[in-house]
Amino acid sequence: MAQSFFGGVHPHDKKTATNKKPIEPLPPPAQVVIPMSLHIGAPCRPCVSVGEHVNVGQLIGEMTAYVSAPIHASVSGKVVAVEPRPHFSGTDVLSVVIDNDYQNTLDPSVKPAEHPEDLTAEELVEIIKNAGVVGLGGATFPTHVKIASGLGKVDTVIVNASECEPYNTSDHRILLEYPEEVIGGAKLLARIFGVDKVHVGIEDNKRNAAQLLQQKIQADQAPVAVELLHTRYPQGAEKQLCQSITGRQVPPGELPAAIGCAVFSVDTAAAIYRAVYQGMPVIRRIVTVSGSGVMEPKNLACPIGAPLSDLLDCCGGVSESTYKLLMGGPMMGNAQYSADVPVGKCTNAILAFAKDEERTVEHPACIRCGKCASVCPMRLQPLFLYLYQQKGMLSELEAGNVTDCIECGACAYICPGRLHLVQAMRTAKQQVNAARAAAKARAENKGGESA
Amino acid sequence: MTDYKELKLRASSSPHIRTREDTRTVMLDVIIALLPALAFGVYNFGLRALAATAVSMAGAVGFEALYRFLMKKPQTAGDLSAAVTGMLIAFVCPVNIPYWTLLIGDFFAIVLVKQLYGGLGKNFLNPALAARAFLFSWAGIMSSWVLPGSRTPLIGAVDVATYPTPMSFLHNGDLTGLQKIYDLGDMFIGSIGGSMGEVSALCLLLGLVFLLGRRVITWNIPVSYVGTVAVLTFLFPRGNDPAAWMLYNILGGGLLLGAIFMATDYVTSPVSRKGQLLYGVGCGVLTVFIRYFGAYVEGVCYSILCMNLCVWLIDKYLKPRRFGAARKPIFRRKGAGEP
Repeated sequence: MAQSFFGGVHPHDKKTATNKKPIEPLPPPAQVVIPMSLHIGAPCRPCVSVGEHVNVGQLIGEMTAYVSAPIHASVSGKVVAVEPRPHFSGTDVLSVVIDNDYQNTLDPSVKPAEHPEDLTAEELVEIIKNAGVVGLGGATFPTHVKIASGLGKVDTVIVNASECEPYNTSDHRILLEYPEEVIGGAKLLARIFGVDKVHVGIEDNKRNAAQLLQQKIQADQAPVAVELLHTRYPQGAEKQLCQSITGRQVPPGELPAAIGCAVFSVDTAAAIYRAVYQGMPVIRRIVTVSGSGVMEPKNLACPIGAPLSDLLDCCGGVSESTYKLLMGGPMMGNAQYSADVPVGKCTNAILAFAKDEERTVEHPACIRCGKCASVCPMRLQPLFLYLYQQKGMLSELEAGNVTDCIECGACAYICPGRLHLVQAMRTAKQQVNAARAAAKARAENKGGESA
Repeated sequence: MTDYKELKLRASSSPHIRTREDTRTVMLDVIIALLPALAFGVYNFGLRALAATAVSMAGAVGFEALYRFLMKKPQTAGDLSAAVTGMLIAFVCPVNIPYWTLLIGDFFAIVLVKQLYGGLGKNFLNPALAARAFLFSWAGIMSSWVLPGSRTPLIGAVDVATYPTPMSFLHNGDLTGLQKIYDLGDMFIGSIGGSMGEVSALCLLLGLVFLLGRRVITWNIPVSYVGTVAVLTFLFPRGNDPAAWMLYNILGGGLLLGAIFMATDYVTSPVSRKGQLLYGVGCGVLTVFIRYFGAYVEGVCYSILCMNLCVWLIDKYLKPRRFGAARKPIFRRKGAGEP
């Protein structure tokens, strides 16, 4: 058994609603809306125009900066609009709207690499970049950047199969239904980084997936090791997973590469495999549709850009008392105000809540129980940071390391006083970062004047 | 199919699920953990113990509700924190205390100590202990003890006759005198004189097990507190039997009630684990110091109140080590790192 991370909580995992249901394809949507921002980093520039016909897998959004990832058409059909549309981040984002012709015509650019075994690390990274692979666990950091920045530093490659968010079962189903793709991706990662073993971290509530993976690894003699981890949230947070598997802690403000680790989610590894061996860019996403408001919870394979309403319809609709629609898990997902937003590369789950699981109160009050501090995986003291934020005490916030917060939500989950801790941390981080930027700008200004 | 436009969607911050445990369930757990001690109080001192506890709880909840109502603040009487305070005030008083005295204690604890500083979570002294300290203005009432097994009438004048409790022997350093009246079994079960809720170590430990099991408290404070008292009394015994002296000191007086239910009060104890350990040790040192050298017979109440005042400082300096930061050496060895 691997080691452990600090703190953490044990929310009911609620995975039984979907963890035995095979992935179903979503009926082809009539129209897809593909935002030009599906990743962290610079948005893409659309490279198709209205009226143009596009094929499945055709490039429709070009990278405009190094930290970015290209975007491809998920259906074939006619581009009917290139305009700002509602995005799951809550704003309107420039999007390419495609009317589906239901032909599913594959673009000629989608073809497997010719001699995949002979490719160098650089060539593999180039393929990964062109396929638009990003961190599909939810963070959507461009994978080619992560690999490039870790080359030469990384001695431990980890595939994150912990899926610690309640309800979500998309990674679990991928492991059960496409284990070869995940192992194949892991092998490619081992080659790229030149390591002799890739660790797959998996929580012990998915033992069947761990066993299946183990069998496939043995049959394949793959350089992959399955690490069974405790089922505890946030086991799958990048820094916490590194700590669980290697015992090393990522220094403040640094990335896992600083301690020789690189973490890729299950679907990212599978996407790397598909990019190399099938030439297929990231155009579909496995989504768990679940929650108390959903009539018939399912795991769906959806083209990117399909509207959430199509997914919900495919699951029998939602109950009228649904008060919350989430993209992502219940601990870190984003609440949506409309079912018109499209599925993105990060969309691992769509949850509709009808029963009150939020348990908010009118007058939250801290009783100083300190549970927030004892569950914080980053060893912060949220109760004090909350007070500092309320009173605008920026230097105390900074001294309390508020910028270390990973917004996992364990503190707010456990809080008996029902404080809105994550909201306060998020605001505090923005305030501290803004103050730092302002101070830096002032210092530079001064330097410029005196020169 | 559902018309998604009709849904009234809330777009609030993550996380979107929360544990069932809230302030009320935490307080309810504390009340449940106190029930064995209450039951033993009734067994030991009669129904007057139950009546006094009920009056004190009703008084505390009543003052809380009244204050919040008069000040037009959101009503908080339902969070049961006042009920816990009321219960604890009764527990630290003698059974034959007049009801009006309890109500004065309730008023002092709830209005002056707690609400004037902003209510639950804002007070810096434990309300029940502050009330007990205040009620010592009526020193005669607060130190008139009845014999275990005696039955104080439900209503009626205070029995002024005072019988010695284990603490009065311990204060005088008279271990052999104490051993003649109560053996260690009596001390553990609780067939001894003292405040209503403090006598039975067994029942208080049952409460501790429940609180630990429900994860309401951690072991840090109770163990460091009682452990410090144990070590100090063992090292500096009075009489020639250190082990017996230590055990009588742990089981006598309000040490277990204080260490399990008072020193662990969330609001008035440190947040970090390191801080809690230091706080427990501080409570232990002060308790032994007051018991040995103080004019008061018992030191638990004042030692916890004194440590309550240090919590701000402890919280400020004893913080968890930052994630990913290097461990700072506490003692730098001379020449370390040099060839």
